[in-house]
Amino acid sequence: MTVNEKIAIEHGLKSDEFKKICDLLKRTPNITELGIFSAMWNEHCSYKSSRLHLKKLPTKGKKVIQGPGENAGIIDIEDGDAIVFKIESHNHPSFIEPYQGAATGVGGIMRDVFTMGARPIANLNSIHFGSPQHKKTKNLLRGVVHGIGGYGNCMGVPTIAGQTSFDSSYNGNILVNAMTLGLVKKNKIFYSKAAGLNKPVIYVGSKTGRDGIHGASMASASFDEKIEEKKPTVQVGDPFTEKLLLEACLELMAGDSIIAIQDMGAAGLTSSSIEMASKGNLGIEINLNKVPCREAKMTPYEIMLSESQERMLIVLENGKEELAKKIFDKWNLDFAIIGKTTDTKNIELFFDDKQVANIPVNTLVENSPMYNRKWKKSKLPKKVKIKKDSLNGLKIKEILKKVLSNPNICSKEWIWQQYDHTVMGDTIQKPGGDSGVVRVHGTNKAIAASVDSSAVYCWAHPLTGGKQVVAESWRNLISVGATPIAITNCLNFGSPENEENMGEFVECVQGIGEACKYLNYPVVSGNVSFYNQTKEIGIKPTPSIGGVGLIKDFTKMVTMNFKEINNIVMVIGKTEGHIDQSLFARSILNEKNGPPPEVNLFNEKNNGESLLNLMQKGLIKSAHDVSLGGIITAVSKMSIKGNKSIKFNKSKNLINEINYLFAEDQGRYIIEINPKNLKEVAKILDQNSVYHEELGVIIEKDMIINQKTKVTIDELKSYNSNWLTNFMSA
Amino acid sequence: MKSSVITFPGSNCDRDMDVALNKFGFKNKMVWHNDHELPKSDLVVLPGGFSYGDYLRCGSMASKSKIMHSVINFAKSGGLVMGICNGFQILVESGLLPGVLLRNRYLEFICKNVYVKIDNKQNPYFKNLDKEVFEFHIAHNEGNYFCTKDQLKEIEANNQVAVYYCNDEGKTEDLFNPNGSIKNIAGIFNKEKNVLGMMPHPERMIDQSLSGEDGSLFFKNLINNLK
Repeated sequence: MTVNEKIAIEHGLKSDEFKKICDLLKRTPNITELGIFSAMWNEHCSYKSSRLHLKKLPTKGKKVIQGPGENAGIIDIEDGDAIVFKIESHNHPSFIEPYQGAATGVGGIMRDVFTMGARPIANLNSIHFGSPQHKKTKNLLRGVVHGIGGYGNCMGVPTIAGQTSFDSSYNGNILVNAMTLGLVKKNKIFYSKAAGLNKPVIYVGSKTGRDGIHGASMASASFDEKIEEKKPTVQVGDPFTEKLLLEACLELMAGDSIIAIQDMGAAGLTSSSIEMASKGNLGIEINLNKVPCREAKMTPYEIMLSESQERMLIVLENGKEELAKKIFDKWNLDFAIIGKTTDTKNIELFFDDKQVANIPVNTLVENSPMYNRKWKKSKLPKKVKIKKDSLNGLKIKEILKKVLSNPNICSKEWIWQQYDHTVMGDTIQKPGGDSGVVRVHGTNKAIAASVDSSAVYCWAHPLTGGKQVVAESWRNLISVGATPIAITNCLNFGSPENEENMGEFVECVQGIGEACKYLNYPVVSGNVSFYNQTKEIGIKPTPSIGGVGLIKDFTKMVTMNFKEINNIVMVIGKTEGHIDQSLFARSILNEKNGPPPEVNLFNEKNNGESLLNLMQKGLIKSAHDVSLGGIITAVSKMSIKGNKSIKFNKSKNLINEINYLFAEDQGRYIIEINPKNLKEVAKILDQNSVYHEELGVIIEKDMIINQKTKVTIDELKSYNSNWLTNFMSA
Repeated sequence: MKSSVITFPGSNCDRDMDVALNKFGFKNKMVWHNDHELPKSDLVVLPGGFSYGDYLRCGSMASKSKIMHSVINFAKSGGLVMGICNGFQILVESGLLPGVLLRNRYLEFICKNVYVKIDNKQNPYFKNLDKEVFEFHIAHNEGNYFCTKDQLKEIEANNQVAVYYCNDEGKTEDLFNPNGSIKNIAGIFNKEKNVLGMMPHPERMIDQSLSGEDGSLFFKNLINNLK
């Protein structure tokens, strides 16, 4: 087949990009080469629309061992231990085929982590679906949950936390973001940088099939009515093989045979081989006849673009081939020497004794396109004047019932009960809390992790929304007593070619950057997913933030369930009564306008650090951050989990009671303290200028909101726990 | 006391079991599925996980692996063999225990704490335990125990039911049955009571910071019974 511009455009390249390829090669590429360029230059692999803006994120810090640019980020957790972690999207495939899409998303992110030598110790996920009324939502949710569980459970890695939301903007594009944390010794980290000439290049893992060809290109385009035709671009997962691959790789990594290792993820053999060569400033030569294939008569084009799962590429030290092969044989995995490193700085592919591709590596990587896309700045929306009348006649109990049973607030137990969250025997905080927590095996340390996003805030004002998500992630770690260290982000947006969507991206990233910088909470890894749109309709901007923190002594971990009757409940941080964009405004008043709550980074940092200090002194019995649904939602969840509740004090402030209870002002936490420590706690908070007020006292059973309003603990439970189960069984 | 934990390809609770056995005083050895001989053991454990990906039928391929010949001989000569979760499935597939394990009745994986009631203490596993209702943890997709009416009669006649799903007061009603198992059966013995298979994972309940400590009671008692 002779390549021309039309074929290039069918591969997702633009006319000028095709011209650039011809100029760089000084000739027209053949079809295999064109396939390689299209795989490397698509949005998913090249970050061509986002690179310019991602550069502005803070990525360095005292605890950062590895920032963005490798398979995953790495942070130091002392004593020679490090945590490897990353979040990644698998949105497009999950919408087309929810089970396999979600499963391979989980498989892919785990490979990114164990490629670096780390044993995965926890999985998290952030999943977003269309309106519950939409006809596809239920099946997509079921498929995604089964897929995540199917893969993670089989791997024996606990899924410890997550986030699920519903919003009609995801009707045509669901989001599936998977995150993995792994544990590694600082001196046993593996990288993807090849080094040395004539070193054997080894292929291990599953055989290569025709699945997932062009997966990365598919994920770099919008959907249209022909979406069903894209099913063959979705990969098929085999968690059993991945479990074997994990054990075999870790066994090989225990020795000193590996120079470089890279998993075959998006764009398969193409991106893995090119990445290793590029980082090592070397060439690479591959004989494609040596690649283990699942199907007969696969062409070089198909072999290079297959996204079959559970495969790795390794550059070995000379003479270690036999030893390595023995390990992979033991685990019943394919092992093939398919090529070697060279000094040509080209990627050279051979098939049936003929050269079928010869491309300078730097043209694929450094010369890949980078765009400064046009973008539109968002104005801060004007505050909505909520008329007093619209609040009159509303009953707090009725509102609370609607809020607690709202799909975005209700208990997600139906979901996380399908994930093995206790395997590996170190999960000390299960899903359903502010963060999941796992112990560092055999030590007193524990790692807390959470994943957050606030698409509504980001949609209302991207800059504020970007800051808010980071602040919420930070609060979720603090709430369990962890010191926040770093984040990974998964940036889910519409089309970068649309100025408004691009503006949302640019300003969310700016907000994330500002918050991360201020909180000393750097970004160490991440992924961008654009084109989350069907025809012209894009999703609400949804950056997901995966935060990781350290608890030095796990016995000091804090949980959110109310502990003891007569203890005092306090709220830290000031309640101004910000109602715009709150769940209350949107779902009860049906008011969708107005700005999101303001994020004051000084208060976030000060309130969070002061609370952490109180926790380390052992003064905090339980804690929970105040977010969606406001104070009363936070307190309700603490009541449900603790099977005790609160009698609210008579309000001393001037804000309307409904505003006070349902407002979503930032920087707030609910804490429980023993009355005998009240003075000391108040003193420390005052010394640090942290605003605090007493909310009430813990009582045995029913929540007493005011003289007229009482809600029993069983009512709270039924409001909160039934929606999802009923929805899924209806 | 010496124990052996078998690692099959796809086992993933082997380490957890190793940790638990060592914690309560066993000298544990990990044994590879392809080995022919069991090391000298007072207890052999088939751990949880997804042996061979559970691809054919849970446990069926593992039940044919090399080491299983030795395990079966060991069991037939009276040695203690305990299978947890996938291990239970392997024991059923190998014929050491009667019945089968079907998919959970709501066709979903379940991971949660459950209560189980110990019915029969005339055996080396539960002898001397001073309570009947235990809080254990389950995590499985195929834990729905099933057998024929005749088998059930025989199982009951021989006191082979090891544990039933129940509530915190020991009531074994269907409401407290997480997966649809016949008669709320969570685990069974062979006739001789030296082979035990159960879905719940005692090894996940060995520490106050985990889901609970009832697993500790089980293991402490077990090693004392074997001494």
